Amino acid sequence: MAEAIAELEKIVSDELGKSSISWADAPLRAGADSADLPDWYRELQDEAWKTFMSLADPGRRDEAWRFANLKLTKFSGLQLATAVDAAQAQTLVERSVAGAKSSAHLVFANNVLLTQDGEDLPEGVICLPMNEALLHHGDKVRESFLQEDAQLGGAKFAALHAAGTLSGVFVYVPDGVKVDGPVEVFHWMGGKERVILPHTLIVSAEGAEISVIDHYQSIDEDAAGLSIGMTDIVAGKNSKVNYVALQRLSVSDRQVQIGSSQVGEGAAVKTALVNLGAAWVRNENISRMMAAGSRSDMLALNLATSSDEIDQRTLQLHEVEHTESDLFYKNALYGQARTIFDGLIVVGKGAHHTDAFQTCRNLLNSDDAEASSMPGLQIDADQVRCSHGSTAGPIDPEQLFYCSARGIPAQAARKLISFGFLHDVIDRLDGDDIKEVVNRELEKAFAAMGE
Amino acid sequence: MSQVLSISNLKADVAGQEILKGLTLEVPQGEVHAIMGPNGSGKSTLAKVLAGHGDYEVTGGEVSMNGEDLLGMEIDERSRAGFFLAFQYPLEIPGVSIANFIRAARQARLGKGDELDAVAFYKEMYGKMDELKIDRSFTGRSVNEGFSGGEKKRLEILQMMMLEPKYAVLDETDSGLDIDALKIVADGVNAMRSPERGFLVITHYQRLLDYIVPDVVHVLYQGEIIKTGGKELALELEEKGYDWVIKEFEDQQVAVDV
Repeated sequence: MAEAIAELEKIVSDELGKSSISWADAPLRAGADSADLPDWYRELQDEAWKTFMSLADPGRRDEAWRFANLKLTKFSGLQLATAVDAAQAQTLVERSVAGAKSSAHLVFANNVLLTQDGEDLPEGVICLPMNEALLHHGDKVRESFLQEDAQLGGAKFAALHAAGTLSGVFVYVPDGVKVDGPVEVFHWMGGKERVILPHTLIVSAEGAEISVIDHYQSIDEDAAGLSIGMTDIVAGKNSKVNYVALQRLSVSDRQVQIGSSQVGEGAAVKTALVNLGAAWVRNENISRMMAAGSRSDMLALNLATSSDEIDQRTLQLHEVEHTESDLFYKNALYGQARTIFDGLIVVGKGAHHTDAFQTCRNLLNSDDAEASSMPGLQIDADQVRCSHGSTAGPIDPEQLFYCSARGIPAQAARKLISFGFLHDVIDRLDGDDIKEVVNRELEKAFAAMGE
Repeated sequence: MSQVLSISNLKADVAGQEILKGLTLEVPQGEVHAIMGPNGSGKSTLAKVLAGHGDYEVTGGEVSMNGEDLLGMEIDERSRAGFFLAFQYPLEIPGVSIANFIRAARQARLGKGDELDAVAFYKEMYGKMDELKIDRSFTGRSVNEGFSGGEKKRLEILQMMMLEPKYAVLDETDSGLDIDALKIVADGVNAMRSPERGFLVITHYQRLLDYIVPDVVHVLYQGEIIKTGGKELALELEEKGYDWVIKEFEDQQVAVDV
């Protein structure tokens, strides 16, 4: 392994010059002795690294990067994040406040586990940091780990993630077990131009129910870090999974979040992307409806300010008959912010009786803000109900008039309406505890915006 | 200063067309005035102009509220100064809960740095919701979203009760209401009647005035008040329609012209 690292390090140095990603700093040794990791995993990491090195950066002619500001997609100058010191670790743990009803609580900083608490979890539930899960439940992880290719443009980011990820959690819920209260996981990122690679793998067996919230936060301001997270959900028959990615990174940070949901027979998966920070966000999400009765709700609420770019690409795949998906994305834009939405619904051959919907709405609070939408439908079946629509526009002046007529000053009224515009998505989340957490953070984000 | 909502020779355009053509009326504190009139007479325009809607351009006249120049104020200032409009078509504001909406309106009435007492606020609001037979669970619902016509109108009255205006204009609050909802809304308004408050009730039908009994009834036609009378005028209009009033007015005009 050490030789491989040295060799890879050399490749990186050659490739990227002095501003290389240092493989030796990879979090492989962070939580466990790398030698203990399963062979398949180490091979996968090596392959992924080669893939990362061989793939070109996103380019101008890439359809998957249309409208994107390619300056924001660069890897140069980055290094894998290194562990924080004990004092900082303690501060971060204190700052990682989970909701009152959370069933488990894990805190990572710079790819390293700081603390975990899952005492309230029902028996049989596995909720472990990835490195421990690989050691103790390697086969279970292997069955579901990175089963979906990153096919929406972010393959290079996904490869880097796969090459180095060991932080984040593996959650497995056995047959019929319903977990009350969300698992809350905090991912802190800090240090100048550092990279974190948090992974979330959620597997629900038949009839199981689970909710997971990932919190992404920055340790430092202006550190220009990059978080490349991947979240895979494998929902077994009649199971129910709720997932929220709550991103509040600082204004100079970047985040790539690549997610997939494989939804089994009669299962329901609801994912929500909540982007309240970062300079650049790239979200790629695929929902694959794999058996009759499967349903995926894909939600997003994004607050884009100053010159933020939030770039979201989605794919709703209906492979068999009688499945449903509903995508509902909302963006509130300020300043010179940009949002990009590129979504495709594919109803495969013979996937009759599919219901698939896609909505992306943009609220433009500034003349300089810009929203681009590329909705798409590809239908190869009969008796389907599909729709897609995207809108972009300022606040309805009648709504503003109504608020003003109640004495609310125009500035406060705009804020209230924008807040409501995004809060609308919270109303679609499942579970009061999850709603509370997201609502609290949305309120904070709006309060921080000032008048 | 006289305690009155005074509208004097008010003229207003919408999209370049003159709708109000010199409207004059006074609603003293403590009184309920009704404005009736056929479709297109300018009833809703009057309501929107008083509230300050941007689509309506005031081209002449004055409006004062207890001596203060209403038309010189911004929309939100008018509300905070004590003017209230109950909308004919209340707007939906998705994602903004009723509680947060009314709180924001109340917060706007406090001085800088003052925070609303949330506990007292909810207590007060729940009490008023009970009066209006609005289910308490409604506080968490988005403003007017998915509401029936009756629920929307009750919510307008709830806002009026929570904001305690000096003068309230009710723009066709009866439209879309069944008789039970109408009674509840009327009870809410009647409970608000006080020597310190004036009402201007705009309606197309006399029915509402069975429940909110006005002191004075005005007839609006082509942007002017053409007749003013007591509450019995409303009954007469209900029975005979508007034609006779209009004819009476036109005859008068002819007489003046001659």
